Amino acid sequence: MSSLIRIFTRATLVVAVLGLAACGQGRLGAGNTTNLNGSGLNGAGAQDPSSPAYFNQTIGDRVLFAVDQSTLSAEGRTILNGQAQWLLTNTEYAALIEGHADEQGTREYNLALGARRAAAVQEYLISQGVPANRLRTISYGKERPLEICSDETCYSQNRRAVTVISVGLGA
Amino acid sequence: MIAPFTRIALAVAAFGGIAAFGLWAAPAVAQSGPLRIEITEGVIEPLPFAAPTFVAENAAAADAAQDITRVIAADLRGTGLFREIPSTAHISTITNFSSPVQFNDWQAINAQALITGSVEQSANGQLIVRFRLFDVFSQQPLGEGLQFVGSPDSWRRMAHNVADQVYERLTGETGYFDTRVAFISESGPKNARLKRLAIMDYDGANVQYLTDSRALVLAPRFSPDGSRLLYTSYESGEPRVYLMDVATVSRRPLETFVAGNMTFAPRWSPDGGRVVFSEEQGGNTDIFMLDLGSGLRTQLTQAPSIETAPSFSPDGTQVVFESDRSGTQQIYVMSANGGDARRISSGTGRYGTPVWSPRGDLIAFTNQNEGRFHIGVMRTDGSEERLLTASFLDEGPSWAPNGRVIMFTRETAGADGAPALYSVDISGRNLQRVATPGMASDPSWSPLQN
Repeated sequence: MSSLIRIFTRATLVVAVLGLAACGQGRLGAGNTTNLNGSGLNGAGAQDPSSPAYFNQTIGDRVLFAVDQSTLSAEGRTILNGQAQWLLTNTEYAALIEGHADEQGTREYNLALGARRAAAVQEYLISQGVPANRLRTISYGKERPLEICSDETCYSQNRRAVTVISVGLGA
Repeated sequence: MIAPFTRIALAVAAFGGIAAFGLWAAPAVAQSGPLRIEITEGVIEPLPFAAPTFVAENAAAADAAQDITRVIAADLRGTGLFREIPSTAHISTITNFSSPVQFNDWQAINAQALITGSVEQSANGQLIVRFRLFDVFSQQPLGEGLQFVGSPDSWRRMAHNVADQVYERLTGETGYFDTRVAFISESGPKNARLKRLAIMDYDGANVQYLTDSRALVLAPRFSPDGSRLLYTSYESGEPRVYLMDVATVSRRPLETFVAGNMTFAPRWSPDGGRVVFSEEQGGNTDIFMLDLGSGLRTQLTQAPSIETAPSFSPDGTQVVFESDRSGTQQIYVMSANGGDARRISSGTGRYGTPVWSPRGDLIAFTNQNEGRFHIGVMRTDGSEERLLTASFLDEGPSWAPNGRVIMFTRETAGADGAPALYSVDISGRNLQRVATPGMASDPSWSPLQN
């Protein structure tokens, strides 16, 4: 019974993924995983609490950091509590946590800083019960800014750790 | 498909057709010592030189003679140490390489150094380049005439070889013109940059792309013999250090991957036998050393802070690196076996990307202070710090093989911000943009080629 439901769920996801790929919504750096973030799935999708759109938009797929810091803020922990709960409910998903830095730093240091931020999120999700084997990390340092201006309004958005969910990775 | 770079052996021989010249160190007639420019002083008044177009010994060599003379003059001008007296000001023309020089004509236009040369295409298609250097006011040759022989497509290297000889005779330092630069070629918007590994001549000629833009690549480092590159690539999905043979463009991961561990910031030992690099495990970054012969891996730092950007001293006994163990990025020196490290940076702001000069006397670094970035140098004990540049974002110094010039990345601010390569000499003078086909970052200067 439950295995039948799971198969059905996966089949539905495959359809959704193919649709996204056709729209050219793939993101850089997603590697071999199937990336469901930033998908533009709105409306009905985002209303479904088990949907990736719900994870990305309603729970929030990212936490932000202070300058040169990897400490989680209270707001960040709230978002991560929601992420952990979602991952515990939707067990067919795994997560790749991307750590990023703003451009105000040297390349190597920012790679290390991005890794620290990703690890901070990973450790917190594990502390909330998410199995470690469903979580991976990667650092992009300052290589993948989201916002491109050179002032704090952009920098604050770029100092981030993004939880990128995908089906089946490591599960 | 990228054609492999072929290293061309240039036959170098003392120029046999002319009686042996006196050595450049021989006492000059009209001055107390040989014509010499001291780099260390920070040259304010460049030494004027004339480089009349090399004599084409046959029609087939006419274009090469023009091109070679142009590149030699550009090399010398580009140092900021020399000023070319334009050909429009010349009184004499050199039409016969073997005829005596009319020194009065060159003295009259205040040329202190005169470079004469000839180019010939031999019956078997080889290019033969000969040159002589003169101290105009003492009317003495500076060193022996030299002859270079190579294939016609190596004309740039022969020109750089001549310029290196001139530079060496006039400064007492080895030159840096017959060199290459590995770098990252960038394209695309700031939030979706594509990066490719590339190499070029130091002056921007002969660009070759070594990777395509599918995988993010960062920070190449030339091996001490110039034959290999270390760099960081995301091609496996995670950042890893790779090793590439420049001639064949074949590459392999430096090590077997450990899933989840990022490796980056590699640099060679001076003998090319070891690599220092950073590895991140569980969010913490430390410095490791890999012996390429034995595969033996050693952990050099063990701290909960970020330790990265390691660089060997030229004698291979010490490693300079950056760490934020004090709370901010600072520069430290430790034994190449690891162990205790001493902090050497003591100025204001954050200090990163230390690189030991090939001469051993200085450490170049990136300083970040109050929203500005600087390239600077300090002595290896941290004393006599000097900031050489200032901009929105300067970083990642790489030394010319003679330790007199530093190349680095300068990135402009804003949504249209773009990186480019710049060079500056160690006195902080002669800041120049390095020619690249497009946006470029992370230069690594090769050793002098042979």
